[in-house]
Amino acid sequence: MARALINVPAKAKRGEVIAIKTLVSHVMESGFRHTNLGAVIPRDIIDTFVCTYNGEEIFRAQLAPAIAANPFIAFHTVATDSGKLEFKWTGDNGFTATEIATITVE
Amino acid sequence: MRESSPTTQTTRRRVLAGAGALVGGAALPAVLTPPAAAQIQANPAALAMAIRKATGGAEVKTGKVKLEVPPLSENGNSVPMIITVDSPMTQESYVKAIHVFTEKNPQPNVISVQLGPRAGKALLQTRIRLADTQTISAIAELSDGTFWSDSADVVITLGACLEDNP
Repeated sequence: MARALINVPAKAKRGEVIAIKTLVSHVMESGFRHTNLGAVIPRDIIDTFVCTYNGEEIFRAQLAPAIAANPFIAFHTVATDSGKLEFKWTGDNGFTATEIATITVE
Repeated sequence: MRESSPTTQTTRRRVLAGAGALVGGAALPAVLTPPAAAQIQANPAALAMAIRKATGGAEVKTGKVKLEVPPLSENGNSVPMIITVDSPMTQESYVKAIHVFTEKNPQPNVISVQLGPRAGKALLQTRIRLADTQTISAIAELSDGTFWSDSADVVITLGACLEDNP
């Protein structure tokens, strides 16, 4: 299980625009590098990131090998209701990582 | 000796000069063209194709999008990037997607994100890899079907592909 860091404010006012920051540990091997013997190092990246807010998708990203190792993605959303924010990363070789954050909306 | 045989001397000189030019001429292209591996070239065809795939051939206008990257980066392995799109982000008018492309990376695509009116603010922040000094472009798709773009030049001292082999 990959380590993931999520930064979501614990409390927000209804209608407030909140910042969400995500970081997940992953090598993001591009598939364009070679070993000293000349063999290509196979690609191993995270290709999809999805964020859902109480089950509704609010953000989705398709990543390419041009994303730096340990992908950091930050975006915004409107705090509508108290509930769960679910973050899911999927990638090559069956990689998946899921993280959940809770938010209280007043 | 010199004055007695000026013709032979000029001939020899000419021959030598000619030989030198020949050698120089043969050596020059080898000097000018570095090995293929060390040279990173822009691939405008792949870039245009990737942009066409994202926009569906629609016209891309400059403006509304702001792409922020450091103008000089020592290491291409992790270059911070912030994209903001000027949009009210309401149900009527919002940013549907943001795409980022590079011209000299092995693949032109960097990241594509889909957002909606629930984002509240059209902002994307991430860290990217850059193989060489190049121009990055960001294209935003708005809910009314128009495409807007911005580009930025980044100077890279050490490219992402030239790192040490494991």
